[in-house]
Amino acid sequence: MKRGWPLLVGAGIGFALLYVPLAIMVIYSFNASKLASVWGGWSVQWYGELLANDQILTAAWVSLKVAAMAASIGTVFGTLIGYAMTRFGRFRFRLLLSGMATAPIVMPEVVTGLSLLLLFISMEALLGWPAERGIDTIVIAHATFCMAFVAVIVQARLADLDVSVEEAAMDLGARQPRVFFDVTLPALTPALVSGWLLSFTLSLDDLVIASFVSGPGASTLPMVVFSKVRLGVTPEINALATLMIVLVAICVGLAAWRMARAGKG
Amino acid sequence: MTWLWRRGRALVVAAPVLWLGLFFLMPFLVVLRVSFAEAVIARPPFSELLDWADGLLTVTLNLGNYTFLVEDDLYIDAYLNSIRVAFVSTLICLVIAYPMALLIARSKYRNLLLMLVILPFWTSFLLRMYALIGLMSPTGFINSALALAGIGPITMMQTDFAVYAGIVTGYLPLMILPLYSTLEKLDESLLEAAHDLGAKPWKAFLTVTLPLSAPGILAGSLLVFIPAVGEFVIPALLGGPDQLMIGKVLWTEFFNNRDWPLASAVAIAMLALLVAPIMFVRNALGAKE
Repeated sequence: MKRGWPLLVGAGIGFALLYVPLAIMVIYSFNASKLASVWGGWSVQWYGELLANDQILTAAWVSLKVAAMAASIGTVFGTLIGYAMTRFGRFRFRLLLSGMATAPIVMPEVVTGLSLLLLFISMEALLGWPAERGIDTIVIAHATFCMAFVAVIVQARLADLDVSVEEAAMDLGARQPRVFFDVTLPALTPALVSGWLLSFTLSLDDLVIASFVSGPGASTLPMVVFSKVRLGVTPEINALATLMIVLVAICVGLAAWRMARAGKG
Repeated sequence: MTWLWRRGRALVVAAPVLWLGLFFLMPFLVVLRVSFAEAVIARPPFSELLDWADGLLTVTLNLGNYTFLVEDDLYIDAYLNSIRVAFVSTLICLVIAYPMALLIARSKYRNLLLMLVILPFWTSFLLRMYALIGLMSPTGFINSALALAGIGPITMMQTDFAVYAGIVTGYLPLMILPLYSTLEKLDESLLEAAHDLGAKPWKAFLTVTLPLSAPGILAGSLLVFIPAVGEFVIPALLGGPDQLMIGKVLWTEFFNNRDWPLASAVAIAMLALLVAPIMFVRNALGAKE
């Protein structure tokens, strides 16, 4: 199939849109001048200032903890949802569960954030819990939308899996829990890994929901970055962004390399 | 054992139902309640609906927040503007993403190119928007380059253009991926047949490729339109103060004006006028496939 030049030009514009802003940010992270309009020569001073910035480092640690917990809870519950939807046939609350599991994906973030905050405040008034909003409440909020995404991924994978293998295991006398752990779960592992990683990234990325449900004690990385960016361009953020891009590139590269190897083997 | 097993099944269903019931469904009832309250200076800053005095239960429903939404042009304008901005950006995304998806689907290096699409998608959204500020601000890269050529400066930040640029670069991967997956499955022999029968490439594209990729177009458009319409980060960082989008309006009512009941009424209106129709369309499309 011969490719026409319109296709190449169109695709070129698209890739430029994705990469030119990132490339310029990476270059400016090495700019010795604080002003974006002036090139003051190469320097790594912003990386030094980034690593000396306690506020950013603390927030990054909060974000990583929140993302790891939210992704883990989300993956467990998302797997339960996906398994129930594909393997349980008809059951009570099926419609309710499928509705509640897909709605978080289409919900505007501001609505999710506001509604969860109001819930936490009402619960505090009625039950005395959560006494303080912070990491716990952000984890709950993030886990709730993470499980929706994991459920979609797990459901798609389970629908592709051949049920006859599980049926064979059951015919041979294995009970459903045993079948789940010995047959279904191993086949599901790639979906769980990608679901967990997607959840982790979504949680790490969230500004809006965390801003609503967080308390004075806990600021996530996006909250700190947002407040800094609002005040103007800050060179440390260029350095932070460059580090994150490098990290993501390594992870995506590794994943692609492993997939390519698995494809060959 | 069957007894235990039945218990296990019930537990598998009950755990997520309870979690989502408490942390997804319940919050909307609370929002609904607060939307009928009045803003007061207190902690929390809204009035109670139920009053239990002298053995008498009185319920005060304040419809003022909703009548205010209808009477003040700001909210209706913000709602319509959000839909317009999201719709236009979705179209621009589609026009840019389509050649990319087609190129990737027909390329020898599709895995590498796919990786290049996914990489920005996994990079922080907020930081990518920040990168656009560095590009478009009055002292940013574009204006610095133009200044060297003796042109400018051009105002890009705080305009409609900046918001479109933000949404399009931010959500482009979400449009490319579903388009790619339908185009990849496209049977090339159909195009060869069109060619053999004398169709020019553009005619073959319009009559074969484009109609067959309709499911991908729909899926990608929904993935871009839905988050774009309630977007807060992009209008807040790239748009001007007069840039009305409904997500930003809700945020401002809540954080800046501390009018929680009015913010709740905006949320309920968004649920009824945005989320409900979107869910309806999604289900209708899902049922068709």
